[in-house]
Amino acid sequence: MSHSTENNLCVALIGNPNTGKSTLFSALAGVRQRVGNYPGVTVERKTGQLTHRARQLTLIDLPGTYSLAPRSPDEMVAVDVLLGRQNDAPRPDLVLCIVDASNLQRNLYVVSQVLELGLPTVLALNMVDIAASRGITIDVERLSRNLGIPVVEVQANRRQGVDRLKDALVEQIDRPAREHVSPFPAEFQNEVAALTRRLETASSNGQASLPRYLVERLLLDTTGYLEDVVLEHADPGLHGAIAEARTRLAAAGSPVPAVEAMARYGWIGQVLDGIVVRPRERRITLSDRMDRVLTHRLWGTLIFVLLMVVVFQAVFSWAAPAQDLIDAGVAHVAQFAEEHMAEGALRSLVVDGLIGGVGGVLAFLPQIFILFFFIAVLEDCGYMARAAYLMDKLMVRVGLSGKSFIPLLSSFACAIPGIMATRTIENRRDRLTTILIAPLMSCSARLPVYALLITAFIPERKLVGDLLNLQGVTLAAMYLIGIVTATIVAWVLKKSLLRGPTPPFVMELPSYKMPGPSIVLHRMFERGWSFIRRAGTLIVAVAVVVWASLYYPHDPAVEAPYAEQKVALETRLAELPESAAERGDLERELAEIDGRIAGAYQEQSILGRIGHAIEPAVRPLGWDWRIGCAAIASFPAREVVVATLGIIYNLGEVDVDDTQAAGLNSALQQATWEGTEEKVFNIPVALSLMVFFALCAQCAATLVVIKRETGSWWWPVFTFVYMTGLAYVAALVTYQVGMLIS
Amino acid sequence: MRLAELHVGQRARVVTIEGSDEISLRLLEMGLTPGVDVELLGTAPLGDPLEFEVRGYHLSVRKSEAQRVEIQSL
Repeated sequence: MSHSTENNLCVALIGNPNTGKSTLFSALAGVRQRVGNYPGVTVERKTGQLTHRARQLTLIDLPGTYSLAPRSPDEMVAVDVLLGRQNDAPRPDLVLCIVDASNLQRNLYVVSQVLELGLPTVLALNMVDIAASRGITIDVERLSRNLGIPVVEVQANRRQGVDRLKDALVEQIDRPAREHVSPFPAEFQNEVAALTRRLETASSNGQASLPRYLVERLLLDTTGYLEDVVLEHADPGLHGAIAEARTRLAAAGSPVPAVEAMARYGWIGQVLDGIVVRPRERRITLSDRMDRVLTHRLWGTLIFVLLMVVVFQAVFSWAAPAQDLIDAGVAHVAQFAEEHMAEGALRSLVVDGLIGGVGGVLAFLPQIFILFFFIAVLEDCGYMARAAYLMDKLMVRVGLSGKSFIPLLSSFACAIPGIMATRTIENRRDRLTTILIAPLMSCSARLPVYALLITAFIPERKLVGDLLNLQGVTLAAMYLIGIVTATIVAWVLKKSLLRGPTPPFVMELPSYKMPGPSIVLHRMFERGWSFIRRAGTLIVAVAVVVWASLYYPHDPAVEAPYAEQKVALETRLAELPESAAERGDLERELAEIDGRIAGAYQEQSILGRIGHAIEPAVRPLGWDWRIGCAAIASFPAREVVVATLGIIYNLGEVDVDDTQAAGLNSALQQATWEGTEEKVFNIPVALSLMVFFALCAQCAATLVVIKRETGSWWWPVFTFVYMTGLAYVAALVTYQVGMLIS
Repeated sequence: MRLAELHVGQRARVVTIEGSDEISLRLLEMGLTPGVDVELLGTAPLGDPLEFEVRGYHLSVRKSEAQRVEIQSL
C-alpha cells in the first residue's frame, strides 16, 4: 500500500487502446517482462524493469482504457493500482500517459482523469509522424505548459525519443505532483466536498478515508457498481445522499453523468486551443480509402471471408507438419526412455504418463503460435476492430458481439487458442459466454474420431444425384450439431447465469497501419510461453492421473493365461534364422498376444473397472463397457479415444495413421458383445458415439485453460458438467431414435 | 432527429445523450458530448453498426445505441 522503496521506483503506464502502449512498454523495458494475473479478475498484470541513470524503475503496464471510470472488477484494477488500493502492488511513484498525437482530443480524456490522482505524471506523445503526415502540427512546449507536466515526443515503433522519455521519467519522479485544477464546475465540486464530509463522519470507526477521485466517481457512476463496492459496509443512508446530490446537480444544469464528459472535453478544448493546427479540410488519408474498401458491402465482405478462410486454414492445416514433428520428437524421446529403463511401473509412468503428457502440451503450440501470429497482425494493423464491426450484427442475434467471432472461429481448429483469444472481449459476461461455448465448436482433435467411425460404419452412398455423399453429410452434421448447440447454450446463458444489459459496441475503429514485426513476434511467443508455463504443468498432471488409473493395480496374474503361448512363440522365433519366411507371421502373432495382454491389463485397471461399473449407464447409448472405458480414458484429449479403442479391442497400440486405422476399422466392425455373437457396433451406435464426442468436454487442456482464463475452477467444472450432460442426452436420443428407424 | 437517422456523408451536431446506463456513459466518454459535430461515414455490410467521424477519429456505434443520441442536422 505504501510507496515503493527509494531505490526501486514504480511507474504505471496508462493510455487508450491503439496508441502503441505495448510497443512503448517493450521499448522501455526490453525483454525484462513478467506477465501474471491480478487476483480474482481476468486482467493481465504485466511488469517490466528498466535501469536509467542508476535509477531502477519497475514499469507496470495497465490495461488500455479510454476512461478511468470503473464499472466492473476488471476496470477497477487500474484505479486501485493508481490509488495504491491494490493489496499486492505498491502505489506508483509516477504515471506515464501515452497518447496518440493524431487523435489528441479523445486521448487526453483519460489524461485529465489521471491528473486528478495527485501523482507526478509524464506524457509520451506517440505517433507524431502519423500526425505530421495528416498535416496536424502540435506546439509541444505550450502543450506541456498548459497541462503542467513534461511532454516528450516519441515514435515507439522506431524507438525514437525513448531515451529522452527515460530522462523525463527519472527527473520527474523526484518532483512533487503539481496541484491540478479540477475541470468540474463549482456546484459539482461543492457536492464532492459535502459527500467527502459525510463519508468521513460515517467512517469514524477507523475506516480509511476515500480518495477524492473515488468520491467524485461515486457521484458520477450511475451504473451503481462503485456504490456496491466502495459503500459495501457503509451507512445505507449514503445511497440516498448520493441520489439527492445528483438531483441537485441536474437542477443546477450539471446533470450526472454528462457533466463529466462535458467538463473534461471542455478542459481539453482549452488545453489544445491554439496548440493543435489541423488542415482546414479533412484530408482523405490512405487509411480512409482502405477503410472504404474493407468495410464495403461487397468487397469488404469478400475480403473478410477470404481472410478468415486463410486464418482458419492456417491454424487447421499449417500446424499439422509442426505437430507431426513434435509427435515424432516425443515418440523418439519415449523410445529412448523405453530402451534405457527397466520394465515396470516407473518406465510406464515416464513413457506413457510424463512424456505422453508433455507431448500433449507441446502439440498445442503450433496452433497457438499460428493463430496468435494472425491475431497480432490483424490487431496491430487495425483490422481486428473491423472484423468485429463486420460480424457484430450476426453475433448480436445470439446475444454476443462481433468481438466473439474470431475466438469462436479459431475454436474450430482448437478451442485452446480460441479461448485464449477471448481476452480482447472487454465485457466479462460476453467473454465468459464465448469461453463456455468455444469447446462446442468441432475442433481438429475430433476429426480422427469422426473419420474412424464414419469410414467404418457409414456407407458410401450418394445423395441428391451425385452431389452429396452420405459420409460427407454425416461429417457436416457433426459440425452443425456443435454450432447449433453453441447457439442455444449462448442464448440460454445470456438469459440466465450471465444475464445483464447488452454491453455497448461504442468502439474506436483505429487507422490502418503497417504491423510491427517485433510486436507481432513478441505477442505470438508470449502467448505460447504463457500457455506452457501456466497450463502446461496441470495438463501433464492430468495425463499422469489418467495414466495411473489405466495402469494400476497392474496385477501380473493378468498375464498368466497368455504366458505359455507367448513363451512358446518367443522360443520358436529365437530358433528361426533371421531370413526365415515364417518370422513375419510369428511376429504378428506375438504382437497380437501383446495386444491381448495390454487389453487384459486395461480391463483390470481402475479405469477398466470403472468402465465395467458404468456399463448400465452407457448401455442406453448402445455402448458396451469397452466404449465407455475408452470415452473416460479420452479425458486428457479426445483423439486418445482412437488409441484406447485399439488397445481395448485387443489390437495393441493403434496410430491414427491410415494403414493401421484400417485394422482398427475391421476390429470395430467385428467386435461383439462379450459372450454373444451380436455385433457391438451398428450405425446408431457409431452415430451416438460421434454425437457424444461432438458435444463432450473430453479435453483436459481446454478445461485447464478455462481455469486459467477465468481465474476460477467453477467455470471449467461447469463446462465439463454441462457439456457431458448435453453429450449424454444427445447420444442417448441419437441411439434410441436410430434404433427405432433402422 | 436521431443519430441513427443520418445519411452517409451527412454531418450533424449532438444535442443530448439520453439515459445514464453504461451505453450512455460510454458514448459520452468516447467524445459524443452535446455540441460536438459528427459525420456518418458508412455502415457495416449487414447494415449495422454505423461508422462515424467524431473529434478526428472513427467511432463505431450500433443503431440501437445511436438511437439515444439526439442531433440537429447542419
